[in-house]
Amino acid sequence: MLKDITLGQYFPIDSVLHRMDPRFKIIETMLFIVLLFMGSSFWILALGAVFVLLARQLSNIPMKMIWKSVKPILHILAVTAVLNLLFIDDGDVLFQWKLLKVTEGGITTSLFMMIRIVLLIIGSSLLTYTTSPILLTDAIESLLSPLKRVKFPVHEMAMMMSIALRFIPTLLEETDKIMSAQKARGATLDNGKLTERAKALIPILIPLFVSAFRRAEELATAMECRCYRGGEGRTRLRTLKAAPRDYIGFAVCLLFLAAAAVLNILL
Amino acid sequence: MSAIIEAKNLVFRYQENEEDGTPKKQEIPVLKDVSLSIEKGSFTAILGHNGSGKSTFAKHINAILVPDEGKVYVDGMDTADEENLFAIRQKAGMVFQNPDNQIVATIVEEDVAFAPENLGVAPDEIRRRVDDALKAVKMYDYRSHAPTQLSGGQKQRVAIAGVIAMQPDCIILDEPTAMLDPQGRQEVMDTIRRLNRKKGITVVLITHYMEEAALADRIVVIDDGRVLLDDVPKKVFAQVETLQRVGLDVPQVTELAHLLRQEGIEIEKDIISAEECVAALEALLEKNRK
Repeated sequence: MLKDITLGQYFPIDSVLHRMDPRFKIIETMLFIVLLFMGSSFWILALGAVFVLLARQLSNIPMKMIWKSVKPILHILAVTAVLNLLFIDDGDVLFQWKLLKVTEGGITTSLFMMIRIVLLIIGSSLLTYTTSPILLTDAIESLLSPLKRVKFPVHEMAMMMSIALRFIPTLLEETDKIMSAQKARGATLDNGKLTERAKALIPILIPLFVSAFRRAEELATAMECRCYRGGEGRTRLRTLKAAPRDYIGFAVCLLFLAAAAVLNILL
Repeated sequence: MSAIIEAKNLVFRYQENEEDGTPKKQEIPVLKDVSLSIEKGSFTAILGHNGSGKSTFAKHINAILVPDEGKVYVDGMDTADEENLFAIRQKAGMVFQNPDNQIVATIVEEDVAFAPENLGVAPDEIRRRVDDALKAVKMYDYRSHAPTQLSGGQKQRVAIAGVIAMQPDCIILDEPTAMLDPQGRQEVMDTIRRLNRKKGITVVLITHYMEEAALADRIVVIDDGRVLLDDVPKKVFAQVETLQRVGLDVPQVTELAHLLRQEGIEIEKDIISAEECVAALEALLEKNRK
């Protein structure tokens, strides 16, 4: 039952977007988010939509996967839409019932918000669909490296993230085993009231924690045996290198941002 | 041949803690005066039952533990000297029992690259070492797999590759097959033997499987923190009673020969493999027929 939790949502195919430098992809995603929040005009959203469509085209991620990324937020979308619809009082009143009224402004705002959130989600999913967790970690380490000057432990943080990624499947497997073992001894995990079920988790969590600590200690020894001594003087097998396509992508991104700025002034 | 590992009158005690966390006055001696020297390029098995001190000894070779008394030298370097720490760990790589707890990265080749990365090797050279190491353990085809996709034996081979990528002169394996199925055990043992024969890497194998120890050039039996026996496998296994007294088994064929001898049948003392046993029995039957 725990087996089908996939790690991250990396979609392993080959595409231009997949091959792009993850550092650029992270910055570009951020710029895209900035773009979406630059103004309240539908033209800006249209610009954002064009950008997302372009990125999807370059990524070869099937539409089905894009839909899958939006699906979990549908109810959040519905709630925001309803709230905006009911509480924004702006423009002609279209419909009124006691205290509740729907205005023209409410409709436009709720539509605007919905599209903005959908674009936001699709844009950031494209980053995680096309970049493996390891590359993401490497990119974050590289982007944050200026913080080393102020003694922020950038390497240690990245190391912790990648070790966490490495051990998630191992610990999931272990949880499965412990659950089976406890079930075999008559523990009921799947039914009962919420409080009972929460209590039933204790005999699973405790052995899991104990074993996680034991693993951590063994791993630390094994790492030391392989001459690990922190980030100082450490080289990497794979170094991130920017290619011409990364600069082109970045330029396109800036172009979109500039267009949005111009639109903002004009409208 | 020169010695790569040299232990001189090694004594080590574990400090146990009282319930409230303060150290107990009495320390428990684990290693009591171990002197041993291991030749370059040799394949030595260290045998002993649980709690005999064999793993503790292994940890001394890698400077994870330092002796309370006596000295351990690795390639002439004193393990008690902090300055030598990384040089020693690079010379003498260590492989542990649980492959899951020694694999650091989420991709096989990244994990093998871990040690050379730590040593500050240039990226091109790391690539070369990683490829060589993976080929040496026959895991090259799996280089871009995630460790979780591999079997126990394969994971342990990746762990061995991770140590070989440091280009050590010596590898110490602390019960590397204890958590594996028979097939994984075979894979790992084949790999270890190949590394020893083809690459000339000194192997120190800590084990309690007699069949594995029988593959070594030399067996050291440790019992109660002391070296009990130290000889070639045939001579060690010939001492069936001594071994059984300290809680160790001998290979089944050796035991069979031993039992036959007790029954007054004249069969060689030093049988350690099934083939030898078959040959010896055949010869016996042949002789009786005449």
